[in-house]
Amino acid sequence: MVVGRWGIPSVAAGGGVDALLPTGRGHCVLVQKDSLLPTTRTLAAGPGSEPDPDAAISVRGLVKRYGDRAAVDGLDLDIRRGEIFALLGPNGAGKTTTVEVLEGYRKRDGGDVRVLGVDPARGGRRWRAQLGIVLQSGAGDSQLSVRELLKARASYYAEPRDPDEVMELVGLTAEAGARGRTLSGGQRRRLDVALGIVGRPRLLFLDEPTTGFDPEARRQFWALIRSLRDLGTTMLLTTHYLDEAEALADRVGVLARGQLAEVAVPAALGGRGTAPAVVSWTEDGVRRSAETATPTAFVRELAARFPGEVPDLTVARPTLEDVYLKMIGQVPEGGGTAAAVGRRGAERSQGVSS
Amino acid sequence: MTTTAPERAALPPLGRVCLTRAGVELKEFFRQRESVVFTLVFPVILLLGLGAVLDYDLGAGVDFPQYFMAGVITAGIVGASLQNMAIHIAGERSDGTLKSLRGTPMPASAYFAGKVVQVLAVAVATIALLVLVGVLVYGIDLPSGTDWLTFAWVSVLGAAACTLLGIVVSTLARNGRSASATVTPIALVIEFVSGVFMPFDQVPGWLQDVAAVFPVKWLAQGLRSVFLPDALAAREPAGSWELGTVALVLGLWCVAGLVLCAVTFRWQDREG
Ligand SMILES: Nc1ncnc2c1ncn2[C@@H]1O[C@H](COP(=O)(O)OP(=O)(O)OP(=O)(O)O)[C@@H](O)[C@H]1O
Ligand SMILES: [Mg+2]
Repeated sequence: MVVGRWGIPSVAAGGGVDALLPTGRGHCVLVQKDSLLPTTRTLAAGPGSEPDPDAAISVRGLVKRYGDRAAVDGLDLDIRRGEIFALLGPNGAGKTTTVEVLEGYRKRDGGDVRVLGVDPARGGRRWRAQLGIVLQSGAGDSQLSVRELLKARASYYAEPRDPDEVMELVGLTAEAGARGRTLSGGQRRRLDVALGIVGRPRLLFLDEPTTGFDPEARRQFWALIRSLRDLGTTMLLTTHYLDEAEALADRVGVLARGQLAEVAVPAALGGRGTAPAVVSWTEDGVRRSAETATPTAFVRELAARFPGEVPDLTVARPTLEDVYLKMIGQVPEGGGTAAAVGRRGAERSQGVSS
Repeated sequence: MTTTAPERAALPPLGRVCLTRAGVELKEFFRQRESVVFTLVFPVILLLGLGAVLDYDLGAGVDFPQYFMAGVITAGIVGASLQNMAIHIAGERSDGTLKSLRGTPMPASAYFAGKVVQVLAVAVATIALLVLVGVLVYGIDLPSGTDWLTFAWVSVLGAAACTLLGIVVSTLARNGRSASATVTPIALVIEFVSGVFMPFDQVPGWLQDVAAVFPVKWLAQGLRSVFLPDALAAREPAGSWELGTVALVLGLWCVAGLVLCAVTFRWQDREG
């Protein structure tokens, strides 16, 4: 018997899962993950308001077009100092475009942007000295060794980290003498991360930093990010790994078709925190499941029906991946605001499906 | 505003960053076997190859190797500066090296300073190698007296013009691949019409006029004044070495190149 597994039993779930995440657009109360965070659902500040000069990143009405197609179409976002913000979204959603506008690489076609209080289109050397950038496309090829590359990069900054320490942090100590271009794909990506943090940035951009990392390297990276957070580093992270967003981010934003569909703490995205639980078990050789807002009472009731253990009992709530997939599939054409997946009549769900 | 950013230590001085960049650029060049062979060894092979095949007397006691020294040194300088810059900067732009650097507080001037040091080092090494081979294999006569001075300023000015031109060309190339495929043939054609591989008076008149637009012709002409006796000045288009014009044209190319660089330089391949 598996109780309290936070995942939807894949096969058994069958038709029950669709019912789990109703399509209604109700508002919902967010559950806090971290006591520093606000309890209300924040879709950043509304359009039209002024950018927040105290925020690490403040964006109002950002528009970026390629040809006559808008890759980013009226994005509003505030990221507080010290926060880890994860930007999620399917391929082509506009994550890299947004991040590179914030980094000063791409010109925007509209909107107001402040990064550490400065318009990125006009950011100078002192501004860049406070940023760490890990590009999705990497840092290029080189004949220099890992240590030489980090030493050179460190020499551009006022108070760099020790290159040897940085190599240790990303797990490249054994490759210190290896030339950049002889590294494996995952090692190269670690080098990109190392180059991004060696300047001791106050704000770190990470565009899909863990692509190609093996599982152990990913855990090591998570630990690194947490220790950077403890030092007060603000981070904007894009990723396709939802477990990564959930493990690291204070808040996540889902970008779909150039707009933010929702911004929330990971535990509450898409009404996850208050979505009904799914209780599944086997009865008379048939897999059964039920949605309920009161799983404890339901299981107690269920337990009374069986003489011993309830066969194959699981209690599950929607994972971040479940709500995310729902959300990006649901954003109406042309964007729209919160496609928040609210809860729908929790008490209704006592019905049993098979 | 209430943003009270903690005071940060001053950024490192420009000179120190330039030194770092110089070190980086030297390692990048000399550790890459293809670029070393292509840039440094190719002119030597050219000198040995053509020197062995072509064996005619140009008058005034000048044999082909003596005449060819100026041409092959020109080819060496163009390879170290124009081709090197055009191909490698285009490559660095395509593979993301430049974009990554742009995201750091490294001043752009330090990047270019590093490239200048690289070009100087490669050009000096190439010239030294060619002169050494010329003396040891063909017993060519070395320049004497003030010819050394002319040698120095013509080489430096020519390398500077070609470096700037190379940076501009790197920006014209669509990407690193297309740069390495197109730059070398174009450079060879320009060298050909500039009288690098044969006596300039054997180049058809209208081609001489075309060549006179580019700096390579003037670089080669200046170097001929260094390696050839003054008697041969009569075979130049103007009947003299025209050192004043050499300085003027190369200087103008430097100014034009600098302006074009400043206007056109990009840190990443063109956005869609
Ligand atoms: N330089 C460009 N020229 C033209 N179109 C572009 C350019 N860069 C991005 N686009 C388009 O803009 C849209 C958003 O691209 P972007 O790279 O921001 O997506 P993304 O969310 O980062 O995707 P991924 O998860 O695959 O990295 C895509 O449709 C893409 O084709
Ligand atoms: Mg991307």
